[in-house]
Amino acid sequence: MVPLSWYLALSAVLFTIGVVGVLIQRNVISLFMCVELMLNAVNLSLIAFSRLHNDVTGQLFVFIVMAVAAAEAAVGLAIIIALFRSRETLNVDEADLLKL
Amino acid sequence: MEFSHILFLGLAALAVVAAFNVILQRNPIYSAIGLIVVLCSLAALFLTLSAQFIAAMQIIVYAGAIMVLFVFVIMLLNVRAEETRIDKQKYLKWLAAPLFLALLAEVMAVVRYVDLTPQPLPSANGAAAPQDVLGTVENIANGMFTNYLIPFEAASVLILMAIVGSMLLARRERKEDVERIEKALVAQLEEEKFEEEVAA
Repeated sequence: MVPLSWYLALSAVLFTIGVVGVLIQRNVISLFMCVELMLNAVNLSLIAFSRLHNDVTGQLFVFIVMAVAAAEAAVGLAIIIALFRSRETLNVDEADLLKL
Repeated sequence: MEFSHILFLGLAALAVVAAFNVILQRNPIYSAIGLIVVLCSLAALFLTLSAQFIAAMQIIVYAGAIMVLFVFVIMLLNVRAEETRIDKQKYLKWLAAPLFLALLAEVMAVVRYVDLTPQPLPSANGAAAPQDVLGTVENIANGMFTNYLIPFEAASVLILMAIVGSMLLARRERKEDVERIEKALVAQLEEEKFEEEVAA
């Protein structure tokens, strides 16, 4: 049996990689994918803890997180399309005003 | 070293390498492919944690639906011209490495000092159950439709709102369309006023 701390360590590594990606990427779609990476790292933690406590609740949380991630992806990509139509760019440094 | 250790290490190495691929590529389509690899290896890791249903959902919803949406948008928008642009904030790259190490050390320190011995899986007659019963569809449904019914319904409302919102946001607004709709609305209002006057 693999120790649970290994799973948590992998989750921490993936989350940190996601944070670094948000810092170094400037393409808004890539930023979005780094956010998805962080969400998945947290999902791995939740499922590892669900196994630790032998309780299915953690897996239900993961299910809700997946639903929220799907909604977030749909709305976020719609915003990206609207942004690209008005600015002709995907660089986040160019989009520094709240209005379109 | 057991087989499960080798399996975990292989999947973890694949996930980490693919995650680095996500953040280091300049072209978002390669990042998307890296993310798909991460999602698939995480699904395999979910299976080793006896979360079968979530592993299937991970493949269907994440690697299937969400990533297709991403690839669709990348193809729809012209990203070729973006690659040559110059970074305005170069210092963030140098800030990223120490932040990476600090955050990693912090979380690892916490993981090290927490007691993490898995409890034996319960079963109906008190004996130790086989390892693969925790995340079955039956168990998930039992939790979801009894104790967590309200979050489940809230999630469905959220998804409905997201559908309507994304359609509204990504819609292309043409000037002549707006004028046509405005004219129709004004005409309707005038008609109603006229009918009211006739009735009076």
